[in-house]
Amino acid sequence: MKIIVCVKQVPDAKDVRLDPKTNTLSREGVQAIMNPYDRHALEEAVRLKEQHGGTVTVLSMGPPQAEEMLREAVSCGADEAVLVSDRAFAGADTWATTYTLAMAIKKIDDFDLILCGKQAIDGDTAQVGPGLAERLDIPFVAYVRKINDCTASTIRAERLMDDGYDLVEVPLPALFTVVKEINEPRIPSLKGKMKAKKIDITKLTAVDIEADLEQLGLKGSTTQVVKVFSPELRGERSMLAGTASEQVAQLYAKLSPLL
Amino acid sequence: MDYFLSEEQQMIVDVARQITDEMIVPQRAELDETEDYPRDILNAIAKADLYGLYIHEEYGGLGGGCFDIVLALEQFARGCTGVATAFAASALGAYPILISGSEELKQKYMPLIASGEKLAAFALTEANAGSDASGIQTTAVLDGDEWVLNGTKQWITNAGEAQIYTVIAITDKSKGPRGATMFVVEDTDPGFSYGVKEKKLGIRCSSTRELIFKDCRIPKDRVIGRIGMGFITVMKTLDQSRPGIAILGVGLGQGALDEAVTYAKQRVQFGKPIISFQAVQHILADMAIQVEAGRALVYSAAKHIDAHKNDMSKASSMCKVFATDMAMKVTVDAVQVLAGYGYMRDYPVEKMMRDAKILQIYEGTNQIQRNVIGQELNKEYMRSA
Repeated sequence: MKIIVCVKQVPDAKDVRLDPKTNTLSREGVQAIMNPYDRHALEEAVRLKEQHGGTVTVLSMGPPQAEEMLREAVSCGADEAVLVSDRAFAGADTWATTYTLAMAIKKIDDFDLILCGKQAIDGDTAQVGPGLAERLDIPFVAYVRKINDCTASTIRAERLMDDGYDLVEVPLPALFTVVKEINEPRIPSLKGKMKAKKIDITKLTAVDIEADLEQLGLKGSTTQVVKVFSPELRGERSMLAGTASEQVAQLYAKLSPLL
Repeated sequence: MDYFLSEEQQMIVDVARQITDEMIVPQRAELDETEDYPRDILNAIAKADLYGLYIHEEYGGLGGGCFDIVLALEQFARGCTGVATAFAASALGAYPILISGSEELKQKYMPLIASGEKLAAFALTEANAGSDASGIQTTAVLDGDEWVLNGTKQWITNAGEAQIYTVIAITDKSKGPRGATMFVVEDTDPGFSYGVKEKKLGIRCSSTRELIFKDCRIPKDRVIGRIGMGFITVMKTLDQSRPGIAILGVGLGQGALDEAVTYAKQRVQFGKPIISFQAVQHILADMAIQVEAGRALVYSAAKHIDAHKNDMSKASSMCKVFATDMAMKVTVDAVQVLAGYGYMRDYPVEKMMRDAKILQIYEGTNQIQRNVIGQELNKEYMRSA
């Protein structure tokens, strides 16, 4: 079984600060870690490999520093690591990110299963997994809490719901996003760390993945961040009254000066 | 202090530290209460390849030596000396095979021990054979193609948890010290059973039980080394393993120092954190000096042992005595710094103090170590005179 795990480097949530002037995330001096949900996806992939054989490839779109996280993934059991990195990717929203990842995966070509964390703890959109599946035109299951069994052509999993779980069977290749309940990620092994130190990480640029430059980064993004601000915690509070449409009108009047 | 570790050695420290901080520290108080064997932690250690640190690559290990296992043990002991003892006991059980075993025995057992799939244990002590190993009463008699063992071993670490036991027994009483032989006994061998689990002062999650041999029959080829060479194998094994006990003292001492300094910075009396009082500062300073001196000696002894296989005894005994006496003193001082709180089970230092005591006793009491050092000095100065 050939598994691709998509991983993202994120700032450590224990140590998040906002720049008070620009209201953007201050990344200086903040430790970068592997997105915790992606860690569970990686662990599940390694367990599947241990049970059924095959290979685990970790894939990340990010700056050159993300190489460190990919080496960590190798120390936890991944066989290959691919970093898609190019200045042209900067400012990508989930739309442009899924395009980039899909082009990279088409370059890797051979896979049975793609695993992602359910969301990243910085952007928190939970859109990249499902979006990527759409781009690749393969079935996807979100919020997977357990993989029950798989054959050469199908896979069966439990999807966590608010009121229980769904048992889902899909044909392969497919994409799953996983929740933290799925497993307990392992601590890297010594042999894994030694392998991680030596491994050649495949680096792909926009040209390597034959991407349309118009669809990359900020240019290719359909959402634009107009302004980032912290809501005033001790600000004025008021209750809106009246009919629904009256309340909407009042709310619009209050919010529009902020835009 | 920087000991200029190589990149690989630093990796050993990092992996062991992560296991310690994420698994051992959160579980140690409960393990101390329940006295449950720390199986899940030992499984994680096995998965991280650390059971193979000191075992040659041809037997599935990582090809390191005494210094490599010392680096891992230091981290584990900083978290819990009980867990560290349970881990170290497998190495102690494996050394006789590594040191004196035939190629067949090594091929058969070392890969299993290196992967952590099976645990080993070392069986020397008996009711009448502690510091005086010549008091051994367990016997082994050859009967056709089998050895038949009879007797009882006492206070065996990992008993009941290990699958591979290295056991010394008398094969010819008339030959005195040359009449003892070491054997491999497997947990499934007929006539082999365990006594009750001992109730201990400290290291309570490690298993300590009797091994009972009643007409226990094992195949002839389970002899380790040559017949009659058992005591030599035991002495070489202990020379090799003692730095592993010494470093438990260093790790434990470091753990106690960490707790004491952290507490002294937080605890306010007379309007100030108690670390601002010289009376407390001096206790902490002495603790730090002792721990660092212990670490420097154990690291040096371990490197010496890796380089000089025929001259291990004195270095091995010296580091064991110094570092374990240090651990006893430092943990008592840590309880003193935490005072009333330190005496309570809510804080880890009372457990550390209880755990420290065994380090001065097992794998040769510190008094016996001083005998060894004295005898070695006598020999050295005879040579130079």
